[in-house]
Parts: sequence; C-alpha cells; structure tokens
Amino acid sequence: MVYSFPEEVLEYVFAFLSSDKDRNAVSLVCKSWYEIERWCRRRVFIGNCYAVSPQIMIRRFPEVRAVKIKGKPHFADFNLVPERWGAYVYPWISAMARSYPWLEEIKLKRMVVTDESLELISKSFKNFKVLSLSSCEGFTTDGLSSIAANCRNLRELDLRESEVEDLSGHWLSHFPDNFTSLVSLNMSCLGSEVSFSALERLISRCPNLKTLRLNRAVPVEKLASLLRRAPQLVEFGTGACSTEIRTDIFSNLVEAFSGCKHLESLSGFWDVVPAYLPAMYCVCSRITKLNLSYATVQSPDLVELISQCSNLKCLWVLDYIEDAGLKALSSYCKDLQELRVFPSDPYSAEPNVSLTEQGLVTVSAGCPKLQSVLYFCRQMSNAALIAIARNRPNLLRFRLCIIEPQAPDYLTLEPLDTGFGAIVEHCKELRRLSLSGLLTDRVFEYIGTHAKKLEMLSLAFAGDSDLGLHHVLSGCESLRKLEIRDCPFGDRALLANAAKLETMRSLWMSSCSVSYGACKLLGQKMPNLNVEVIDERGPPDSRPESISVEKLYVYRTVAGPRADKPDFVWTMDEDGALRFS
Amino acid sequence: MAYENDMNLKATELRLGLPGTIDESQIKEPSFLKSNNKRSSGDMDNSANEDECSPVPKAQVVGWPPVRSYRKNVLQQQKKNFDSDVLGMYVKVSMDGAPYLRKIDIKVYKNYPDLLVALENMFKFSIGVYSEREGYNGSEYAPTYEDKDGDWMLVGDVPWDMFVNSCKRLRIMKGSEVKGLGCL
Repeated sequence: MVYSFPEEVLEYVFAFLSSDKDRNAVSLVCKSWYEIERWCRRRVFIGNCYAVSPQIMIRRFPEVRAVKIKGKPHFADFNLVPERWGAYVYPWISAMARSYPWLEEIKLKRMVVTDESLELISKSFKNFKVLSLSSCEGFTTDGLSSIAANCRNLRELDLRESEVEDLSGHWLSHFPDNFTSLVSLNMSCLGSEVSFSALERLISRCPNLKTLRLNRAVPVEKLASLLRRAPQLVEFGTGACSTEIRTDIFSNLVEAFSGCKHLESLSGFWDVVPAYLPAMYCVCSRITKLNLSYATVQSPDLVELISQCSNLKCLWVLDYIEDAGLKALSSYCKDLQELRVFPSDPYSAEPNVSLTEQGLVTVSAGCPKLQSVLYFCRQMSNAALIAIARNRPNLLRFRLCIIEPQAPDYLTLEPLDTGFGAIVEHCKELRRLSLSGLLTDRVFEYIGTHAKKLEMLSLAFAGDSDLGLHHVLSGCESLRKLEIRDCPFGDRALLANAAKLETMRSLWMSSCSVSYGACKLLGQKMPNLNVEVIDERGPPDSRPESISVEKLYVYRTVAGPRADKPDFVWTMDEDGALRFS
Repeated sequence: MAYENDMNLKATELRLGLPGTIDESQIKEPSFLKSNNKRSSGDMDNSANEDECSPVPKAQVVGWPPVRSYRKNVLQQQKKNFDSDVLGMYVKVSMDGAPYLRKIDIKVYKNYPDLLVALENMFKFSIGVYSEREGYNGSEYAPTYEDKDGDWMLVGDVPWDMFVNSCKRLRIMKGSEVKGLGCL
C-alpha cells in the first residue's frame, strides 16, 4: 500500500513533479503527503501578491529556492491603475531574507521595486542566481549596482520593459573582474550608455553567456566587437541601428554574425536603417524568434528578411509589414506559432499603412501552427473572423484590437458578435481572448456557451447590459482573470455571480456602472474576497450609494485586506464599514 | 418642423471654423455609450489646413488603444523621424499669380542656393541676391515660408537645418508686398 512507502521515497517521487497543479493535488491526498510535499517544494508562483502574505508562504513552504510574484493588474500597463496603488515587493524581500537564506531566484512582474529591495536581495542570498524584473518600476541604476557588485553567482539579470530611473550607465562596471557566471543579460529598457569597454570585458569573461539584449545607447558600429566575443549567443538584441550605413561597419557586422552559429532569437533594431538588415541574412535560417516591433522599416525590406527565416516560430512586427508582407510571411514561415502586429501610429484618425483584416486572414490560412495572435488594425469584418476561426481552430490566444472603439463590421455595419462567436466556437482550446469593435450582449452569450477553456478575457467599450457580464461569469468555467473597461455592466450580474469571483484570481472593472452600494454588499457577502474601490474623487460615502465607482478591483485572498492601501483605495469590509489605510 | 428650424439655425450659427465643418466637441456623452471619439476643440484651428497637415489625432481616451507607454514614446519619436526621413518633407509652394500650387521635398536640398535654384526653375522666375539687411535684392520676388508658429518668414534668415525642420509651406511673394518687406 502507498502509505507504507518511506518518506524519502515519496520525496524522491515528488521531486519529479514540476507543475504547481500537480503538487497542489498531491498535497491534498492526505496529511503526511501534505507535509512531505511542502518540505520539498522548491518553486512557488504567486499570481497576486495580495492573495497571500509572505508569512503564510514561508510558513507552508520553508525550503523554497525560487519565487515568482505578480503585482498590479494587467490594465496597469495602459495607465488605468493610478500611481501608488501598491504592489510593493519590499515586505516579501525582507521576509524572505530572514527565512530563505538559500533563495536563488526572484522573478517579479508589475511590482514596485526599490533600490533598498535590490540592495537587500544582493546582500541576503549567498547563492543568488536569477533576477527577473518584468514591467517593474521604482528603482534606479544604483539598485542595479548593488546587484552587480554583490551577487557573485548571478546568472540572469533581466529587466524587460521595466521603468528604471537611469542615473548613469556606471552600474555595469560594478561587476567584479572575477565575475564570470553570467548567462543572460537583458538591459534593453535602459537609456544611458554603459561603459563600452566594461561591457566588452564582461562579455569576454563570461563563457556561458547565452542571452544578451543591449539597450539603444549601443550603436551599430560597436555590435561586431561584442558578437565576436560571444559567438555562442543564442539570443541577441541590438541597440539602435541608425548610424548612416558604411561599408566597413556593414562588412564587420556580416562577419561577426556569420560567426554566431547558435543564434535563434533577434530583437532591438531601434531606428534601424534598412541597409543593415542584410547583415543578418546568414543567421536567418536558424532564427525562431524575431522582434522587429521597434523597426520602422517598410514592408519590402521586412519581407526580404522574413523570407529567409524558414524556421520562424514567433514574429513581433509593426504594421509597416502591411497585408502584402503578411502574405509573404504566410508563405515562407510555415512553422509560425505566434504573431504580434503593433500599430505604428495608433492615434492617427486615418490609416497610415495598408494593413487590414486581410493580412491576418492570410496568415491564419497559411500558417497551420499559428496559436497566438495579437493584432492591431483599423477594420474588421465578421466574414474575416469566421474565416480565421475556421482556418485555425488550434488558436490558444487571440487578442484583436480594432483601433476605433465600437467599430462595426466595415462591410455590413453590423456588430462583430458573430465573428467573435465563431472564434470561441471553433477554437475550443482558447485560453486568452481580447475583444474590440462593436459588440452587443450577443457576443457574451456565445462566449459563455462555448469558451469553456477560456482563462483570461479583456473587454472594452462592449456590451449592452448586465446580461453580457452574467453570460461570462456564469458560463466560462475556466475563467481566472476578467478585465473590463467602459462597459455598461453593473450591480446585478456582479452580485448574482459573487461566488464565481472566489474561483477566479481577479476581476477589474473601470468606468462601468457598478454602484458603491453593490461594492459594499459584495464585500459583506464574500469574506474571502478583497473588494477594492479605487476612486480618486474622494471617499465613496461622501456620494450617494447609487453612484458608480470609478474603478473596482476584486480578488480572492487568504491574507485579508491589505495594510498598504493609498488614500484613494477602500476595501469593502465584512462589517459593511469602510476600512481606511 | 422643429428639425427644419434646427437646420436653419445651424446654417446661420456663429461659430469658429470654416462653413461646412461640424463642431463635434459640444457633444458630451458617457464614454461607454455608442459614440465616436470626440475631437478636442483645438482641432477647429486646424480645419483650414486639414488637407495639408497629417490627419489630426482624435481626443485620446486614457489607455486606448492599449499600447504600453514605453512603446508609445518610442513610436512617437520614431514617427517624427520616419515621416521626414523616409517619406520626405513635402511642402506646398505657391507663387503669387500662378494658377496652381506645386509641391517639393525640401529634404532633397542641402542648402538655400540649391532650393532657390530649384524654385526658380520650377516657376520660371529669378530671385535676386539675398542679404541680411535687405532681403532679396534685384527682383520683384521674395521667397517666404510659414513656420511652425504660423508666421510668415523670409527664406534665408535661419540656418538651413532649422529652416527644414520648421518650414510648413512656401510662398513666393511678388510685387508691392515685396517692396513692403524691403522697406522695413
């Protein structure tokens, strides 16, 4: 019988379980399995930093080596979450500094990280290896200096898309001369110039360097020298490539790239002069990921490059690629799995490029492995969406942004309900969906009926009434994250589906019609939810209860209301009374 | 009946802007109701130049379209560079008395003499000699340009690069108006 296995054997078996879901399931089998598992869990993922406290995490999992924590809701990326809302990492770092001396990895997303936190990290964990700060803010390059100077075994430093106060490029020079363990460095979000000779020396002495993403300040004429010192690179991000083209720069670059036999991913290309792109042709056949989303290059030049990347799996590009370029993509890159097309001029009333729904339809037809789409465009039709759905039932992520809010089907002037309905009906494994365009409650009926695997849904300027929200909350069984802005959804659907919210990570609603009274009621009914009213107009009870709140953020938690709220956030309490920070 | 009155009133209404342009900025609706993005009233000033400036951006809704700030900032900077580098800096050129306007790409020229020779060839006239004190001496024409502030300036006073970056359109003035400049 299973319970006669010695603990050591069970522990050995559990070590093969890497997925949190499996480990959680194992913990529920019986008390002894719970105990054994919790002592050998090495990786913890915390999807919402306010869902649990550092103390609870440490109490349950005493031997953790790697932590990943997410903070602000996704809409913070678009300035919808006011500054000072929260998501401070310091309390986590300080608790872990005391209890996890052997911590090796910290990965954070959308959190506020201070120089103090970085210094504490650098001094508290002797075997610290991986620091990844994705879309974080609150620190300066001084904090990076601490990391560089003190983390003797650092392998990864990844600052992707973080907002760093760039005091100087001097931080890089703090890596000691005997520091050789670097495997991955992503400094693409920084502005200042780092000492080039320090960078060269760092790269030369780190033989395991696989990922190097430079910032804009590194000019194209210096790239060859870096590449020659790191021919083993697998992922490379250039700096700005805007220097006027010269034959010597170009030929050095060609030579350097041809020495890189392992390159699979390229990025950077800010302001790239198109004449430089051919320097990369020699590595194109091995490239699987290409991020050209900062390259203001016209379609023909893009096509020249892409047509050589027969193994391309992931492409991020600006809409300069146009329908013609996407047609070429669909014929050359049959392994394509992910496509993101960003707008080059999102605020102009008129299209500046010839990119329409047709480009996406063509790619959906020509790329059988396409599973992940992010597409900004200015026109869409139900016919196109239906075609995409039929072509690609294997879609997992579909995010469409039609730039004009509430834009109808441009051919029929109807809402896009049937188009998106086709997407959820055909793409049965769909996990993530973002809607745009003119949409009625109908589309939500389709989503509630068909989107059974949907985990994240983003809505803007959509729907007619509470019925829309009700369809989603009552029908989408796998829903974890729902974010809504500017939709006419109100109290009834929310209160009728209150229990659903406990099965989800979070719900965001801004500029909707949820009254303060309903928020209070929700907070009363659901003690395991934090119902946060975010309102910069002052205390909600200074207005009638029927007035809609500006923003509402509801999330499940075992940590109770948070203690670090700013003055524009109120947590609706069990007593129905307000809690002030 | 009331509708017709409405139409008549609109026709005689006093408001800023050219006849035929509609002022949408007066319409106020909650953002989630079905309505188009509003134009800010600042757009009215541009209505006269609508055909020559790039399309005016609509009044921006916060966080829409959903583009991250870093990308927004990079793109805005790049667009300025891209449009002028790759797409050229085409400006209209009008000549007093000519039946139609022309367009030239001022980025194609390296300095004032190149530009002036090109203008002379295009409109078949001769321009005279530039001096700081007297403007263009020796002809009844003077090349002028409208700058970013909307003021009409004499071509040649500022450094070439500054001129290229601030010139919105060119006008070759003729006759008595020119003499007026010379008298200043």
